[in-house]
Amino acid sequence: MEALLTDYTLRTVALGAAVLGATAGALGTFAVLRGQSLVGDAVSHAALPGVVLAFLVTGGTHPLALVVGAALAGWAGMAAVGAVTRHSRIPFDAALAMALAVFFGIGLMLLVGVQRRPEGAQSGLATFLFGQAAAMLTRDVAVMAGVGALALAALAAFWKELVLLAFDPGAAAALGLPVRRLDLLLTTLVVVAVAIGLQTVGVVLMSALLVAPAAAARQWTDRVGAMTLLAAAVGAGSGVAGTVWSALVPRLPTGPAVVLVATAVVGVSLLVAPGRGLLAGALRARRARATLGGMGTLQDLFTLAEAHPENPHHAHPEAVLRTMTLRPDGVAPDLAALAARGLAERAGDGWRLTADGLRRAREMARVGT
Amino acid sequence: MSPSAEIQLVAVVTAAACALPGAFLVLRRVAMLSDAISHAILPGIVVAFFWTRDLSSPWLVLAASATGVLTVALIEALRRTGRVKEDAAVGLVFPALFALGVVLVSRAAGDVHLDVDAVLLGELAFAPFDRVTWGGADLGPTALWTMGGILLAELALLAAFYKELQASTFDPALAAALGLAPAALHYGLMGVVSVAAVGAFDAVGSILVVALMVAPPATAWLLTDRLPRMLALSVAVGAASALAGYAFARWLDTTLAGAMAVAAGLAFALAWAFAPERGLAAVARRRAGQRRTFAATLLAVHLLQHEGHADADRECRASHLTEHVGWEAAFARRAVEAAVGAGWVRADGDRLYLTDAGRATAAAAVVA
Repeated sequence: MEALLTDYTLRTVALGAAVLGATAGALGTFAVLRGQSLVGDAVSHAALPGVVLAFLVTGGTHPLALVVGAALAGWAGMAAVGAVTRHSRIPFDAALAMALAVFFGIGLMLLVGVQRRPEGAQSGLATFLFGQAAAMLTRDVAVMAGVGALALAALAAFWKELVLLAFDPGAAAALGLPVRRLDLLLTTLVVVAVAIGLQTVGVVLMSALLVAPAAAARQWTDRVGAMTLLAAAVGAGSGVAGTVWSALVPRLPTGPAVVLVATAVVGVSLLVAPGRGLLAGALRARRARATLGGMGTLQDLFTLAEAHPENPHHAHPEAVLRTMTLRPDGVAPDLAALAARGLAERAGDGWRLTADGLRRAREMARVGT
Repeated sequence: MSPSAEIQLVAVVTAAACALPGAFLVLRRVAMLSDAISHAILPGIVVAFFWTRDLSSPWLVLAASATGVLTVALIEALRRTGRVKEDAAVGLVFPALFALGVVLVSRAAGDVHLDVDAVLLGELAFAPFDRVTWGGADLGPTALWTMGGILLAELALLAAFYKELQASTFDPALAAALGLAPAALHYGLMGVVSVAAVGAFDAVGSILVVALMVAPPATAWLLTDRLPRMLALSVAVGAASALAGYAFARWLDTTLAGAMAVAAGLAFALAWAFAPERGLAAVARRRAGQRRTFAATLLAVHLLQHEGHADADRECRASHLTEHVGWEAAFARRAVEAAVGAGWVRADGDRLYLTDAGRATAAAAVVA
């Protein structure tokens, strides 16, 4: 922790990871809501030829050039996906997978060409695939922050339209919104987020930064504004936590550390989030069983009581109740639950309704009819 | 066999072994699972490699396949919670497993040498150097035996479960109603995909496996509507892409894996443009034909309306169509050309007469 305040490199990397996490988290929210979580993965693979070409043209000296190259190639890949899905029977997922792999193949061929040249020998594929967070400079962070802020500003400017597009594209089209162009904007924003993150966390892990914060945030809220902010916070937090973790543990690369932290946040959110969380759901189910459990058997007891109007508290054997239901094995636990709540009681060999139970059963019968 | 012939043979067999399960991935609309599986098997490979210290050990294939099935099971479990959509579930699971694999590789970097580039890119060119020998006799490259075995196993499984695969792919509800256990079949298929991915990453690397699994079946799907033909075409297109990629790589002196992926992409682009029925060119031609037929029919109907009436001589003229009926000049010209070409209309200078065939067409069109 102290290192975070004193170590210059660590501070730069943590800041960069936070900026990246916040941008990717906010922009990824819309990709996740639209069911396009895998677009980031495809875009980040498809960016390879652009990165290599940018390196060829500029000598790899300026970070902005690599960002622009990556964005252009990723964007071209998504344009190809759009053209194929619109003008053929090939579904979105197959088009996405093809664009990913074929663009990556083109990039590889270019990369081999670069590596044959003397000045390109050190530009390994591993850097592109896994990123090089530790090599981040203040200048890189500035580029990330600048480009990321532009993307977020675009998101804010078209907020209303994009929200409508995410939840009801049909209504958006009916209202006369330019759906195709908004779609393109959203894709472009995802492409931008990927492009600024590639150098830091690499291909596969970049796509995780788009999905994981949004998936975690989704569990805590049903409001898209809150979800976007929360996703940005989760992304930024995962960025900082992952950086610090990788600084504390020797030979733990930053990119994967960030992704593992973000994934852990998703896991925790899935479990403990109020409302949508799995634990909350299980608790709700248990409470429902506690209040509703035994109601069927209560009704059966009431049916029997009605058959004896002269003495509604006449006891009946459990075996009779077992013949009256589709779940005979549920009768015993039901009776125990009813007894615990004072609605039924054991009398000799059988069971009967208490006064409370009779009142409750009559109320239910009234509601039912 | 010469080394270059051996490399090509391995490439062809690998492409075929990827295309067969890939066809079902494409048809079931889970093509991106090929990407997810091929990345997520990394930790499985790494752990098995730590154990055996041998990149060509069969345990690697086994461990990686198990990881692939585990990946699919995790995705399915996450989806079943109902808290995460399927695509997000995929996007969560495989990067996490991949990150785990990268961490394992980095943590152990000092102790063992595992070339990550080799895992992710493969190197088919080295295939002839790793050979199977038995009792002193040279039996050919190991990769050929591995991929050939995988391909044969796939063919056997396909023959055994063809009906089940077909039903569960095209009508999952029917398959379930018939008691064909679509879930078991799904995991079985994913197991095969994992095995093929592991076998192939040696040759083409884990990323370009995706190209070989998705592009040839997608190409075949543009060429036919029948499953048996699509499977055969997938294999053929995959094999052709492998050979073309090899030629490509030799010519440009570049990576074989990248060249094969690009060749597969080119094959798809060709089919997309020129497929007999579904290609862009065929669709454009059909649309143009429909436009011509529509224009000609409209003209025939117009002529039929006025034929035999007092105004026929004024109405049934080519110039009249643009001046008074209000057709665009291009449309009117196309209508006259097409109608005359079809033998529905006879032109005498500017004056147009319906033929018997044209009268029949117009009458049918009006009634319909």
